[in-house]
Amino acid sequence: MDYLDELESQSIYIFREAYRSFKDLVMLWSIGKDSTVLLWLARKAFFGHVPFPLMHIDTSFKIPEMIEYRDQFAREWKLKLIVGMNREAIDSRQTFPDGAVSRLQCCAALKTDALKHTLSGRWPRRVLDPDSGEFYTVENGTPFTGVIVGARADEEGSRSKERYFSPRGQESDWEVSDQPPELWNQFKTDFAPGTHVRIHPLLDWTELNIWEYIQRENIPVVSLYFDQGDGKRYRSLGCWPCTAPVESTAKTVAEIIEELRSGKFANIAERSGRQQDKEDGSGLETLRRSGYM
Amino acid sequence: MFTAPSSVGPVASGRDRQQMNIVVIGHVDHGKSTLIGRLLADTGSLPKGKLEAVQAYCARNAKPFEYAFLLDALKEEQAQGITIDTARCFFKSSRREYIILDAPGHVEFLKNMISGAARAEAALLLIDAKEGIRENSRRHGYLLSLLGIRQIAVAVNKMDLVDYRRDVFETIQKDYTAFLQQVHLSPRFFIPVSARFGDNLCTRSAQMSWYGGPTVLEAMDRFEKEPAGREKPFRFPVQDVYKFTEEGDDRRIVAGRVETGTVRAGDEVVFLPSGKRSRIASIEGFNRPPQTEAYAGQSTGFTLTEQVYIPPNQILCRADQPAARTGTCLKVNLFWMGRQPMVIGKRYKIKLAAARESVWLREIYTILDATDLSMDSRRRQIERHDAAECLLETFRPVAFDAVSDIAQTGRFVIIDNYEIAGGGIILEALSAERDSISEHVHRRQKYWQRSRIRPQNRSDRYKQQAALVLLCGPPGVGKSEIAKALEEQLFDAGRMVYYLGLDNSLLGVDSDLQTTDERDEYIRRLGEIAHLFTDAGLILITTISHLDDYELQAIRTLNQPYPCLVVAIGSHRLAQSRPDLHIEKPDDVPEVIEKIQCLLTREHYLLEYHL
Repeated sequence: MDYLDELESQSIYIFREAYRSFKDLVMLWSIGKDSTVLLWLARKAFFGHVPFPLMHIDTSFKIPEMIEYRDQFAREWKLKLIVGMNREAIDSRQTFPDGAVSRLQCCAALKTDALKHTLSGRWPRRVLDPDSGEFYTVENGTPFTGVIVGARADEEGSRSKERYFSPRGQESDWEVSDQPPELWNQFKTDFAPGTHVRIHPLLDWTELNIWEYIQRENIPVVSLYFDQGDGKRYRSLGCWPCTAPVESTAKTVAEIIEELRSGKFANIAERSGRQQDKEDGSGLETLRRSGYM
Repeated sequence: MFTAPSSVGPVASGRDRQQMNIVVIGHVDHGKSTLIGRLLADTGSLPKGKLEAVQAYCARNAKPFEYAFLLDALKEEQAQGITIDTARCFFKSSRREYIILDAPGHVEFLKNMISGAARAEAALLLIDAKEGIRENSRRHGYLLSLLGIRQIAVAVNKMDLVDYRRDVFETIQKDYTAFLQQVHLSPRFFIPVSARFGDNLCTRSAQMSWYGGPTVLEAMDRFEKEPAGREKPFRFPVQDVYKFTEEGDDRRIVAGRVETGTVRAGDEVVFLPSGKRSRIASIEGFNRPPQTEAYAGQSTGFTLTEQVYIPPNQILCRADQPAARTGTCLKVNLFWMGRQPMVIGKRYKIKLAAARESVWLREIYTILDATDLSMDSRRRQIERHDAAECLLETFRPVAFDAVSDIAQTGRFVIIDNYEIAGGGIILEALSAERDSISEHVHRRQKYWQRSRIRPQNRSDRYKQQAALVLLCGPPGVGKSEIAKALEEQLFDAGRMVYYLGLDNSLLGVDSDLQTTDERDEYIRRLGEIAHLFTDAGLILITTISHLDDYELQAIRTLNQPYPCLVVAIGSHRLAQSRPDLHIEKPDDVPEVIEKIQCLLTREHYLLEYHL
């Protein structure tokens, strides 16, 4: 087995532990390359099936290609897709692009709050009917107790402290200094009522591993990752007002891999195009403690 | 001064690249984070701008720059100056890619250190040259042994504080080697370093010409990948059995990961502890070329030629190889991390391979103080951070291996109140004279307060022998309707009888239980409740779904000295004990009642009235 086989095997093992342990399991799908690899690994783990719903938190500021891609593959792969949104903040224009709040406050409202309340079922969920391709609304859904997330340890400091199975409190809060031990391949699959567990099958993967796996498995990803002829591409996807493309002429997966291995991005952090990380010195950690992915 | 390290160059690309997890451990303040930070900086593995950003942050806050700050990415850590969790960082040498786990040295965070170390294939253990061997230097050494990490390098750090003296280094080397020998570890390398100044980290130190061994980076490159274990007997803990029929897929797939060995389509296999046999029909996968052989390390799935019922908690083994052991009594070494001490007689949960089972601490042989390896065989409970050799007993038999044979199926964790509170290794299987429940009943019967009315008096008065009538069978088969009808008929005939509905006990004495997860406790309480009714001279009728042999055994034992009659309705899962009556098709309720009543009369539970 090579290192990609080892990473794949461990991720599959984690998926199956999660599926076995959590009755109300959901997987977050951000449409980016990591969570798309995550989705692919789920199909590996369950022999072509995805036996739990996927949840996307839509901020209404996502780059349009991301939503097109989402809906296309949700139909093609017959996914149970749930979309959550902070309707109130968006409708009342309490957002950063509207000039009302800071970037971090905007992330907290449109992503963290929307996620928290869609997970718990307090806010309505829009659910895709895979047969008709239409969305319908579900009120008072069941709270999810297991949430699969595509976070990687190499993304930034706070994520390097995560466990494969990481408990969250009633308010999705994360107790960084008091995390459960993980021994060998035994994870925290027991949880008290009212709490939930976040599951991280991609924790040991690096950005380079992700692209190597996309290449090996021939996984379709959003076209935004590739240079479309203007010498620019996205390295990390998010909301358009806060995510900038990078200068790059990589047009294929192979060229991206080359760029990461020895080219211009070998030593530049992946999230360098994400503005919210830069506010306040440790923006992402502040966000993550209160429930951000 | 920074010189380009010799062993850093272009990393081998493509599939021949290797990845290795290395944990860096040691006592608090012995310099782990500094060593890792410096290693990343000196090998050019930091993201561009990271070093400058941290330096600028230090300048802004009027703090002297330290390499440790590179890792201590969280605010809380920087404030306290100690590593709280296991941070992971990635770094490469010419030989391979490394994931470095920076494990905290503070005793408060021992469970984090263990989490880091349990993932590692090799360890770098740091000792402060000036402070020497400390409590956690020893405890971490002991834990490496327990966790099964055999490849160790010891770095004697902060050599600059002892003027790079050879005698200081050699004294520590001698003392610590002697300590590690007691826990059956022998480090491959002892390296004198100064992480702060980069001596013997990536480049050889000009200050310590007396040292001829490898640098830390070279030592890491000399560690070997653990062999995958393909040559060992096949072990496949069954994680789940999948059937996605509603998505048009009729395959019934036994899913899990091959821990050791290999298996081919056509091989005869046996599920343990159940002993069920079948044959591998196919090896399944998604988006991969067809496979005829599965091997150690692969997460995969099989279809079988014969569709046997697979209970939870099984390990799949090959019929032509040495089988895993099965049993309820395990002699183990365990390490306790729980806030509450581990006590004898309390029910815990064990997770061992794919099994999850109720477990009790039966006996403590010795408790080991891991900081100096002193033994104590008088203590009656296992406190936080204690290591103990003890006897565990599971409710049902489990399949396992001694850790010396197959480590992957010889390790376990203990759950206390939703938390992983302990971890350990299995030394051997034992047979106990008496299981925990029998032991309990023996004691209960000895001290039971008996009134002046004897069972015989009750039996004479009620014209019946007290007994538990247990109706088992699949859910929805109509057990409770039969039970109620039986109660009514016996009552009308003047018998002292009571029907205990499942919901009634769940609403009452069992209202504290999480129904799905605490079935064993529910069974135990049912046995005790039954005993109260039968001791009062009654015939108690109750129902239970999916009763297995071990549960029945527990109920029978707890209901002693009174008998228990088992009536199976529909299909049942009893293999070793036969039901007293088996009704395959319970269509005609009055007929079923008649049959049960005949049984009770024939076996002299219902005594004839002599008027």
